Amino acid sequence: MLPELTRAEILRYSRHLLIPEVGLEGQRKLKAASVLVIGTGGLGSPVALYLAAAGIGRIGLVDYDVVDSSNLQRQVIHGTASIGTLKVESAHDRMLDLNPDIQVEIYNEPFTSDNAMRIAESYDLIVDGTDNFPTRYLTNDLCVLTGKPNVYGSIYRFDGQVSVFDATRGPCYRCLFPEPPPPGLVPSCAEGGVLGVLPGTIGTLQATEALKLILGIGQPLIGRLLLYNALDMSFEFVKLRKNPNCKICGPEPEVTELIDYEAFCGVPGHDHEEGSAGVDWDITAPELAARLQKGNHIRLVDVREPHELEISQLEGASLIPLGQMAARLSELDSAEEIVLFCKAGTRSARALELLLSAGFRKVKNLKGGINAWAREVDPSLPVY
Amino acid sequence: MPTLRIPSPLRPYTDGSGEVSVQGNTVGEALDDLTSQYPALRQHLFNGDGHVRPFVNLYLHEENIKQLQGMDTPVAVDDRILLIPSIAGGR
Repeated sequence: MLPELTRAEILRYSRHLLIPEVGLEGQRKLKAASVLVIGTGGLGSPVALYLAAAGIGRIGLVDYDVVDSSNLQRQVIHGTASIGTLKVESAHDRMLDLNPDIQVEIYNEPFTSDNAMRIAESYDLIVDGTDNFPTRYLTNDLCVLTGKPNVYGSIYRFDGQVSVFDATRGPCYRCLFPEPPPPGLVPSCAEGGVLGVLPGTIGTLQATEALKLILGIGQPLIGRLLLYNALDMSFEFVKLRKNPNCKICGPEPEVTELIDYEAFCGVPGHDHEEGSAGVDWDITAPELAARLQKGNHIRLVDVREPHELEISQLEGASLIPLGQMAARLSELDSAEEIVLFCKAGTRSARALELLLSAGFRKVKNLKGGINAWAREVDPSLPVY
Repeated sequence: MPTLRIPSPLRPYTDGSGEVSVQGNTVGEALDDLTSQYPALRQHLFNGDGHVRPFVNLYLHEENIKQLQGMDTPVAVDDRILLIPSIAGGR
């Protein structure tokens, strides 16, 4: 039995009730539905806002982070007043302000193999708004194992991907991407950046798919992958097929329960802001400052992109962007002491691996990057 | 000439180009030409043993080339091959 709508709800949802594909019965389906949104960041913001506005009866939010001012360029569910507060609480308050007739349940914890089944159990469908490979594989496997649809979206710079992975009716995420990329090969948004409105576009498409699945209308993106590019303003579709050898949704699955996804992907289950090359290869900003002060000869190599120099620079550093490092190794002398740096230490850690494999040994990674230098050594530089 | 569509994460290795014209009669030849034009792409697209990395998918006419003839899939002069890598951003 679907729940009835109150008089106030009939007025609130009148624009839905006017569409025959939704109507009174559809709105009652939305009221009866429950959706779990993993992540309340760039994608989670529009997803949670539009699902709340649409009158989804019960919405769960999973996130463990606090609102930072650098989030607000795209995470529009939060506001300046909520900087420093828990994202799930900030989102909860905004959603109930938009629609007090719904229930918002919050989970202030990382989404892991230990809690995923418990958290997801009571929800009809899952929206994947995470920012890292381990949590994406976890979300996929959870959905395959429990038969729940997974409304997938992901973003990078100007590119977005959207699909609906429902293994009971079509392929899953692992059918398309059987294995994650090697650690460091695909940059994260924290390092590579993202156009602020991009998660708005992609998250809104995810919310659209979630509503269609609940209403049972239209053609869902099952078995299709949408590729969006904001620069070209292109929307392209490709066909996705079930992989007969899929390790989780194939006929002979190897994965029959949730696994250790951080080990599977070789990276932590969150978008790391600060990069490290490991204790043996890191140098902290104060250590580097002290050694430079003593007059030690150190070759500083900036592996960021040229446009980042307008934001901050270290005096005397030479620029070799990470993408050109392999081709420009001859510009470096392995007899010299070298310190590599980038914005926060992730790209320079990758450059360090390249140098090590080329036989360099007197090389260090500036831990936390030029941002750490700005915080701990030279506060006249901005942090970005 | 056939073209290869390059997604944002790989554009730093193609001098920012989103579409690259390539020579070749098969997907494999087209990729060889792409990586000879932009050698830095090679390690992103291929494993040490020369196979395309499992997080990169190649599509022609909306179909994964795995469903066609793989690297031997023929390409016509006006064909457009899509390179689709996995991306994980969301925050």
